[in-house]
Amino acid sequence: MKKHYDLLVIGGGPAGAVAARTAAKKGLSVCLVEKRPAIGVPVRCAEGIGQEALAEFIEPDERWISAEMTGAAIVAPDGTVMKLESGFAGNKVGYILDRKIFDRELVWQAAEAGSDVSVKTRAAAPIMEDGVVKGARLEYCGTVSDVTADVVVAADGVESKFARWCGIDTTVPVSEIMSSAQYVLTGIDIDPHATVFYLGNEIAPEGYLWVFPKGERSANVGVGISGKKSGSGHRAKDYLDKFVHRTFPKGKPIEFIVGGVSVCRPLGCTVADGLIIAGDAARVVDPLTGGGIYNAMFTGRLAADVAADCIAKGNCQKKALSAYDAGWRSSKIGKSIERNYHIKEYLIKLSDEKLNAIIRSASKLNLTEFSTFTLIKELMKVNPKLVLELGALAVSLR
Amino acid sequence: MLNVHRDICGYCGCCVSVCPEGSLELIDAYLCVEKSCTSCGICAKVCPLGALEVVNEKTL
Ligand SMILES: Cc1cc2nc3c(=O)[nH]c(=O)nc-3n(C[C@H](O)[C@H](O)[C@H](O)COP(=O)(O)OP(=O)(O)OC[C@H]3O[C@@H](n4cnc5c(N)ncnc54)[C@H](O)[C@@H]3O)c2cc1C
Ligand code: SF4
Ligand code: SF4
Repeated sequence: MKKHYDLLVIGGGPAGAVAARTAAKKGLSVCLVEKRPAIGVPVRCAEGIGQEALAEFIEPDERWISAEMTGAAIVAPDGTVMKLESGFAGNKVGYILDRKIFDRELVWQAAEAGSDVSVKTRAAAPIMEDGVVKGARLEYCGTVSDVTADVVVAADGVESKFARWCGIDTTVPVSEIMSSAQYVLTGIDIDPHATVFYLGNEIAPEGYLWVFPKGERSANVGVGISGKKSGSGHRAKDYLDKFVHRTFPKGKPIEFIVGGVSVCRPLGCTVADGLIIAGDAARVVDPLTGGGIYNAMFTGRLAADVAADCIAKGNCQKKALSAYDAGWRSSKIGKSIERNYHIKEYLIKLSDEKLNAIIRSASKLNLTEFSTFTLIKELMKVNPKLVLELGALAVSLR
Repeated sequence: MLNVHRDICGYCGCCVSVCPEGSLELIDAYLCVEKSCTSCGICAKVCPLGALEVVNEKTL
C-alpha cells in the first residue's frame, strides 16, 4: 500500500468496488479498503436485481447467478395472489445473485483494472485538515497507518461511520430502517422462476416478506419490518419463524442472516470537501423495494467519474464534487427514489382490507416493463380510486 | 447501560445506522459501544434478533 492515492475507497461492497474499478480504468491510482476479512461474507441481501440493471455494470455470468426470474407474485394478507408477468411471456426479467461470488467478482475486476485492495483493513478515522477530508487512518491486524488521498469515497454501507466522523449526520430514523432476517431454505416447494412478495400487518408490518428462489427447491426466505414495529417478542426473526413454520415446515435452513435496510430519504448532501458518499452509506436504497445493489453501483460509478474530473482540474472541494450530488439526484435513480418514497409512505398506511381489495382487483397483470413504476400504473388502471388517493403523486406517474 | 449479548448478535449493523449519538461501531464480528451512549434504547428496539438490552445500573 502506498502513502498517497488519487482515490481512497472505504468499503468493498458493490458501491466501493464499482467506484474503484471505474477510477482505476480511468488511470487514477486507487486503493480500496474493506474491514471484513473476506469480501462478500456474510451476505446481507436477498440478492434480487433486474436484468437490465445488472447488464449496465457487468456481463451476467453463471458463476454468480443463482437463478433466473421470469415473473413475480404478490400475496395479499388474505392469501389472494396477483401474478405479474412480463410483456413477453417467459422472458427473463431478473436474477437472484450469489452475492458471495458476485461481490468478489466486482472487487476482482477493480484489482484487475489496477486498484490496490486491502482486506481486514478498517478505516478507523478520517484525516482532516481545516475541515477538509485528506485521507483515512487505517487499521490492519494491529498496525495503524495514515493514507492520504485527493478524494475519499465513503462506500461503507448501512453501518457507515466514516461520513459521520467527518461531521455529517447519517442517522436513519427508527421508522425508516427495515429490520430484517432471512434464511436460505432448502427442500421447499416453490416456483423456481418467480419471486413472491407477501404483504400484511400480521406477516410484515410496514414491510414485506419475500421468497426469492435460489434453485429448484431452495430460496432466500426473509422478512423486513419497520424498526418502529420491532420490539421484544415481535422482531423480524419472530415474524420470519412464524411464516416459515406455517408455510415451509419441512424447509431446512442452510444459512441465517440479519440486516438493516434504510428506506428513508437519501442524505441531504452526499459530498463534502474531499469526500463523496456512495451506496447505502448515502442512504440511496429504493425506499419502496429496499433494493440497493443497482443504486450502489450507480452512485459508485458516478463518484469515480466526478472524482476523476475534479482531480484532473485540481479542485476537490465540496463545490466541485457537488456535480456528483446533483448528478445522481437528477438521474433516473434520484427521481425514482423520490417517487417511490411517496408511494411507500402511502402503502404503509393501508389497512389489510384495503390491500386485499387492491390485490383482488386483478389475478394477473402483464407488465410491458418489469418495474414498480409500471406495476403502480397498471394497478391504478384497475383501481380507479387509487388515482384519487394518490393525488398529485398519481399525476406524476402518468 | 447498553448490554450487547454477543451470543445473540448477528453483527449486521442495523443498530449502528439508527443510533443518534453515533455510539455503535461494527468491527468485523464485534459490536462496540462507546461512552457517548445515552442508553436511549433505540438500537435495542430495531435489532432483528434482540441482542441489545438497556439495563439499569442501579439494579446491577
Ligand atoms: C436483508 C436484506 C435484503 C436485501 N435485499 C436486496 C435485494 O434483493 N436486492 C437489492 O438490490 N438490494 C437488497 N438489499 C440491499 C443491498 O444489500 C445493499 O443496498 C447493498 O449491499 C449496498 O451496497 P454498498 O456497497 O453500498 O454497501 P455494502 O454492500 O454494505 O458494503 C459496504 C462495505 O463496507 C465495509 N465497511 C464498513 N465500514 C468500513 C470501514 N470503516 N472500513 C472499511 N470497510 C468498511 C463493510 O464491511 C461492507 O463490506 C438488501 C439488504 C438487506 C439487509
Ligand atoms: S442490530 Fe442486533 S444483530 Fe445487528 S449488529 Fe446490532 S446488535 Fe447485532
Ligand atoms: S442506547 Fe441509544 S445512544 Fe446508546 S448505542 Fe443504542 S441508540 Fe445509541
